[in-house]
Amino acid sequence: MSKNVSSDRFRKVDVDEYDENKFVDEEEGGENQQGPDEGEVDSLIRQGNVMGALQAVLKNPPMNTKNQALKDRAEGLVLKVLSSFKSADIEKAVQSLDKNGVDLLMKYIYKGFEQPTENSSAVLLQWHEKALSAGGVGSIVRVLTARKTV
Amino acid sequence: MSYYNFLLEPISCHAWNKDRTQIAICPNNHEVHIYKKEGGDKWSKIHELKEHNGQVTGIDWAPESNRIVTCGTDRNAYVWTLKGNVWRPTLVILRINRAARCVKWSPKENKFAVGSGSRLISICYFEQENDWWVCKHIKKPIRSTVLSLDWHPNNVLLAAGSCDFKCRIFSAYIKEVEEKPSPTPWGSKMPFGELMFESSGTDGWVHSICFSGSGGRVAWVSHDSTVAVATGSKNTVISSLRSETLPLLGVTFITENSLVAAGHDCYPMLYVYDEGKGTITFGGKLDIPKQNAQRGMTARERFQNLDKKASSETEKATLESVHKNSISQISILEGDKSKCRKFCTTGMDGGMTIWDVKTLESSMKDLKII
Repeated sequence: MSKNVSSDRFRKVDVDEYDENKFVDEEEGGENQQGPDEGEVDSLIRQGNVMGALQAVLKNPPMNTKNQALKDRAEGLVLKVLSSFKSADIEKAVQSLDKNGVDLLMKYIYKGFEQPTENSSAVLLQWHEKALSAGGVGSIVRVLTARKTV
Repeated sequence: MSYYNFLLEPISCHAWNKDRTQIAICPNNHEVHIYKKEGGDKWSKIHELKEHNGQVTGIDWAPESNRIVTCGTDRNAYVWTLKGNVWRPTLVILRINRAARCVKWSPKENKFAVGSGSRLISICYFEQENDWWVCKHIKKPIRSTVLSLDWHPNNVLLAAGSCDFKCRIFSAYIKEVEEKPSPTPWGSKMPFGELMFESSGTDGWVHSICFSGSGGRVAWVSHDSTVAVATGSKNTVISSLRSETLPLLGVTFITENSLVAAGHDCYPMLYVYDEGKGTITFGGKLDIPKQNAQRGMTARERFQNLDKKASSETEKATLESVHKNSISQISILEGDKSKCRKFCTTGMDGGMTIWDVKTLESSMKDLKII
């Protein structure tokens, strides 16, 4: 049988990084994207204005930034807002969003699925059902094909 | 609307001859089969074109000169001419090192363009002195496979949709075969390879692209389920519609303002473009469901659904469209892009459907084709 070579570090080299024809997305300035305003959203939730909180948390999505902490914070905030809705109000809330809003909501929902917490998946599934009837499978296709995601 | 099932396998691509009595299709293999319409609804195979070593990915049939050009994954293109009763191929060296994906004759049929996985477009024209097809490449700034091509009526501008998520318009001006073109809404200086327009704002591979009849507009569909139209001008504005359907694979203009597109949802759809408002709106689903699709479910079927799928929905999960699998290509049968009377769709179910615009308009209420 073959002799074991002394080092196999070469197996961990990412050869795609060295491909000169590698496709790189265009950079769009994402430095000034702050994500949704935590203070504003929190105060709206405390006041019981969940509809307003939803509108506020869907503003300024951290799409173009590479700051992972910012993205995680935004996702956490969205999850907090979505969990604070009563099941019966979800449909009305989704109806109040425009097309872009529904697409953005779908993106946050799938991001939430990636890292499930105690009760998050159940809440997200309820929102997913309503968002699907508003946005159709097209909104899910756009989550899958988006180059820049929240 | 008539449906004919040619095969059990997908039809990779198709092209019609000038009087629409013959259709050339690739039955998902290395060959091209030509079928002739016999009376009624019958088609008979009259020719088999076997020369490619890889799947044939694009066929185009030049109406005036009656030549067929085919391209395939074997990185070659052949131009076929009918001699007597046999189609004879001529090899065209494309100088590409990846598969060819799409091919289109120019309106004057003196050149054709081939899009390939080598991230470039080969523009081929015939050189009389050497009796040979020569090709020139358009490379910059294409960064991925070119999936679809369409020529502008002026024979010079070429629209290309590619996997780097952009739709571009290039100049394919070949001074050996044509005169300098006059200015168009897309620009006035058109040296070979000049980028006249590049789109932005849509994600997703651009599956299909189409110039309008006048050439002043270009429409494309991309894999993120969007349809977009751009009108050429000093500041070109792109209007797009995010649809709720699965991604579309083919699009064509049927009037200056109306588009028909079809794709993974297996039925064609109408979209209407309003230049003044800069919007595209969904005009309707262009499929007439069969009459017996209204039968209710039996109790047994309802229980089976509940048991197998935990679903209490009363709709059956059968596809009610004419095509039973994705539609991959749309072509205009009668009329042209500014006033189409009939169009044809072929798909992955091996079937070909011919749609009559007048019949669709009259049978669907609220369908307005402007």
